[in-house]
Amino acid sequence: MTVAARETPAHAQPHTRLVPRLGGFNLTALRLEVRRVLRNRRTVMFILVFPSVFFFMFSATARGGKQAASPEALAYIMISMAVYGAMVGTTSGGAAVAVERSLGWSRQLRLTPLRPAAYVAIKVLTAMTLGFIAVAAEFAVGAVAGVHMAPHVWLLSGLAAWLCSLVFAAFGLFMGFLLPSENVMQFVGPLLAVLAMFGGLFIPLSALSPTMRSVASFSPVWGVGQLARAPLMGDFSSTAVVSVVVWTLLFGAGAMALFRRDTARV
Amino acid sequence: MLAVDLRNLTKRFGSVTAVNDLSLQIDSGEIVAFLGPNGAGKTTTIDMLLGLTRPDAGSVRVYGSTPDDAIARGEVSAVMQNGGLLKDFTVGETVAYTASLYAHARPVSEVLERAGIGEIADRRVGKCSGGEQQRLRFAMALLSDPRLLILDEPTTGMDVEGRREFWGAIREDAERGRTVMFATHYLDEADAYADRIVLIRQGVVVADGTTAEIKNLASGRVVRATLPGADEASLRALAGVTNVERRGDTVLVQCLDSDIVARHLLTTTAARDLEISSKNLEAAFVALTADTAAESNGATR
Repeated sequence: MTVAARETPAHAQPHTRLVPRLGGFNLTALRLEVRRVLRNRRTVMFILVFPSVFFFMFSATARGGKQAASPEALAYIMISMAVYGAMVGTTSGGAAVAVERSLGWSRQLRLTPLRPAAYVAIKVLTAMTLGFIAVAAEFAVGAVAGVHMAPHVWLLSGLAAWLCSLVFAAFGLFMGFLLPSENVMQFVGPLLAVLAMFGGLFIPLSALSPTMRSVASFSPVWGVGQLARAPLMGDFSSTAVVSVVVWTLLFGAGAMALFRRDTARV
Repeated sequence: MLAVDLRNLTKRFGSVTAVNDLSLQIDSGEIVAFLGPNGAGKTTTIDMLLGLTRPDAGSVRVYGSTPDDAIARGEVSAVMQNGGLLKDFTVGETVAYTASLYAHARPVSEVLERAGIGEIADRRVGKCSGGEQQRLRFAMALLSDPRLLILDEPTTGMDVEGRREFWGAIREDAERGRTVMFATHYLDEADAYADRIVLIRQGVVVADGTTAEIKNLASGRVVRATLPGADEASLRALAGVTNVERRGDTVLVQCLDSDIVARHLLTTTAARDLEISSKNLEAAFVALTADTAAESNGATR
């Protein structure tokens, strides 16, 4: 069955050899990559199970007061948990470069036509796919659990939570190139939980002291949380946009600098 | 056309010179063993050949282009010693992922079959044995149907059966006319699978020839005799004599046919205390690749 192939070995035809388009970037690789990442139980726990569990825990706490949790409170919690899931998903997607560096996969890929920039593009898109899945899953859980919002709020909140998580894809890449370790997420995970506090994801920012609130506003999650909840709360602020853009650029530049150091020929 | 053209390559790591002014040309279609002890500079040379390491001096050409360009067009591929695989991909997915990165690639099923791992395509890489992982690396290297295949100590850590099967697959593949260069510190592998052996020591090529020539280097004999005032010229004139050396009253004659030398010495000269010793490939390898201190010890005793 391989007879036909054997008759025209490519190494007999030197002039037909081409360099792949887009530095080797392609959708087959992206699809295989996403499928591989979703096979990791720990990743699925962190981006799908935990945010859903937190949603039910926090909404139960909100109901435990004198009156039932208001529809706004439920929606607020759902959006916050979607942001949290997306943030963990995109960070772990970006931080996967640490694992691949420590296993020597990055080096193996240097023996293929894949250009380093195309590799990073695959990583970022994989991370964003995880972020999308996290937001979609959390919104589905919320819808089933009885969250009511206007259609445009569902759409805009979801888009904001997802697109703004790009800052964490950049953060994950930065950490991934910084820490050449197979278990980088064990270090980054707790860090994300602290950041989630500052983003008002676990407790409303209004519950923090004024000092803590101003500290929180300088953290990378703050802007993401604000923008994702803005369609619900009706408090869109351009300061939040600046926060997301600046942090994305900072982490992106940091990741790029480390990445250049990593791929430099010694 | 030259498959590999290395000219005056030098690479230093701090005060250590790993590769020292090394030049090597490999023709298309050759199967070359790059033989040397650990730390001889084999891997550093291969890294420069593949563009993973930049030489301090010298030039690298693979089929006339730079290593990066040759890799991008799939003209060269490599099987490295270890690492480089993701445990949570299956064997088939690893190959499919790699295949998607090339402009042209052979079908996944075809390379799996040729590497002899068609039946474990659905197995997780993490569950594969060392030998199976190595054949997976081999399958990945076959994807672009490269004109030049480089193997860096490909059977390190494999058991005897694994080595035999791996080399069986390589040999079958090489019969199709691919240029193959493999680094090894196993003499028998070089002997069994290469047309040409390049011996390297301390970053320098110390011997380079066909397997037969390298063996000849080793298969000769040394005739040693006590003969004051030996006539070197007449000894050199004998058939098969490759070298004559005098140390005081002792003369050492390196030759391919020790009978001729012995007969000559015993019948036409006053030689006595005749000794004939043979060398083998192992001895030649040790002699050629041993460090200088060991070499001078060998010379005095």
